[in-house]
Amino acid sequence: MSTLPVQQTSPTFVGMPSFPEAAREALAKTQQRDNLRNATHTIRAKRAAVVAEVPEWESLRVAGADAKDEALTHLGDYLEQLEASLTANGATVHWARDADEANAIVVEIARAKGVDEVVKVKSMATQEIELNEALEAAGIAAWETDLAELIVQLFGDRPSHILVPAIHRNRTEIRDVFLREMAKVGRPAPEDLTDEPARLAEAARLHLREKFLRARVAVSGANFAVADTGTLVVVESEGNGRMCLTLPETLISVVGIEKVLPTWDDLAPMLQLLPRSSTGERMNPYTTMWSGVHDGDGPQEVHVVLLDNGRSHVLADTVGRQALRCIRCSACLNVCPVYERTGGHAYGSVYPGPIGAVLNPQLRGTASEVDQSLPYASSLCGACFDACPVRINIPELLVELRGAVAEQGGHRAESAAMKAAAWVLSDPRRLAVAQRGATTAGRLVGDRTVRRVPGLGAWTDARDVPTPPKETFRQWWARERGES
Amino acid sequence: MSARDEILARVRAATADVTTPVGPRGATPVVEETSPGPGRTLDLFAENVADYRAEVLRVPADEVASVLASALRGRGLGSVVVPSGLDEGWRAALAEVVTVVGEGDAGSAANLDRVDAVVTASAVGIASTGTIVLDHGPDQGRRELTLVPDTHVCVIRADQVVHDVPEAVNRLGGEPHRGRPLTWVSGPSATSDIELQRVEGVHGPRTLVVVLAE
Repeated sequence: MSTLPVQQTSPTFVGMPSFPEAAREALAKTQQRDNLRNATHTIRAKRAAVVAEVPEWESLRVAGADAKDEALTHLGDYLEQLEASLTANGATVHWARDADEANAIVVEIARAKGVDEVVKVKSMATQEIELNEALEAAGIAAWETDLAELIVQLFGDRPSHILVPAIHRNRTEIRDVFLREMAKVGRPAPEDLTDEPARLAEAARLHLREKFLRARVAVSGANFAVADTGTLVVVESEGNGRMCLTLPETLISVVGIEKVLPTWDDLAPMLQLLPRSSTGERMNPYTTMWSGVHDGDGPQEVHVVLLDNGRSHVLADTVGRQALRCIRCSACLNVCPVYERTGGHAYGSVYPGPIGAVLNPQLRGTASEVDQSLPYASSLCGACFDACPVRINIPELLVELRGAVAEQGGHRAESAAMKAAAWVLSDPRRLAVAQRGATTAGRLVGDRTVRRVPGLGAWTDARDVPTPPKETFRQWWARERGES
Repeated sequence: MSARDEILARVRAATADVTTPVGPRGATPVVEETSPGPGRTLDLFAENVADYRAEVLRVPADEVASVLASALRGRGLGSVVVPSGLDEGWRAALAEVVTVVGEGDAGSAANLDRVDAVVTASAVGIASTGTIVLDHGPDQGRRELTLVPDTHVCVIRADQVVHDVPEAVNRLGGEPHRGRPLTWVSGPSATSDIELQRVEGVHGPRTLVVVLAE
């Protein structure tokens, strides 16, 4: 695994502190921790209930992983097939090596249409390439239309969860930001707005409807791109996706090259796996499938931007490539004990949680502090692997990445600590001495949690050491049984 | 080198280790549920659609027209847009109680925004998920018809209801659906974005009525 940055994303996340540092800050936010706990546990329970309804869930996971593996291992062939079917359906296909190239393509199309705004469907790929910022720099406003994304945008905030990006905000904060910000960018929120979720959703409906009816260009991603039929699929709940995919004259979809599915029939496992894993529903409210331009129905100019941005680099790693199977369901976030406590921002990327901890260092390389620390943002409990609908072995990848980071010399104090530990543990006399040393320390610190052990900074920074006991087991044994 | 050629070259280099041929895959498990019988499938469909808080009306096929008329009148709706290929009898029954706007006269999306409801047929129903699939054929109309008005009344025939998702995908991959735009609808539009509290009705129709014609 390379240590060089392979993905050229705009530099917003540069300077992001390492995960433990960011996590410490996140852990202090009590409201956020409450929200996250509630959210992750609620979705987790819903998911478990609907997964239990499918007796052959495990076979379904195998089928899903298999479809993605077929596409990924023969990606060159399927991309060419996808391009050919899309073109035959009347779409224009563009290729983008990196974020800058993709952004330039979208900006150019929007400019050619002479628009100063676009409406957007929630899309991880466009967040990854920071398209909104690029459009803004070109004088084009990008309106996020998913309710949570709208909330995040009005706050000038960052998403903290793949599925429910505004989960770190509560209803009162949302009412306040609607009252304060909506008027600046369009139809104001009603003055008597309360913090009832139904009233807030209604305010968003009215605010956005004006934009949907007016917009001439929309930007989307795609959950799946079917190679043999040239069909793109967007899975959503609110109907904002349908609005964007249907009403404007021009539609631009930015699609990661790993979104390809070989055949139409592969939608069968995917459309069973995704909604149940993601929102914990049997099916999400709305799914739109379009195959290029449909005469007299929907956008008459359809563009598809196929985005690499580090993906081909991930693909080259025979173990690491399984991460590209990810369908962005966020099931791994909701079961992760680390994510549940730190939230998404600490991961320093649009991809948080266990999948982010593997995908970011793979996509971006492990040159930065945050990317070096992400593989350690896990207890390796394995819950993410169990929950993953396409069987990505996230713990295996984390261990691989830890190896890569250690080899490049990252986390030196940790490897020094491990070497010291090996030396101590390999000899009973050394261990006894060390343990007596620890109990002395224990008597000195009393009941306080040990947050830092001098000389072991990198290790103990991220881990609170339990107070050492006043007596070791060996000492107790010697005292009680008279021999050691 | 063009971006296209470079990406394809990178991808091919990245998969140089792969020795399996493209296309045929080993034995992939086909995961399909077996219908416990047509009657049970229809019950399950009705149950699951209702579970999304959509209204389900099970009626004999020859009563669809009158049920549609009373469904609209009962909700106090004044206007309805209908696709050009909608059943003539249904359209006539609707015209007796509300203003009917034809698909061709509907005009822009902004005009549709002033229409109260839309009545359509459908393409496929899925029992195990409570889903209606529209393929936007002549009896369902172009996509914006079933998107902009706030109430969608949708008629589905019993023979259009399949048991599970793989069956639906299979049917939709063949004629006459293949290549058409598809909208899968499972209940009214909904969001859980604010404190995870479910709110029905954001941008799509906030009221969904499914008429199951048996």
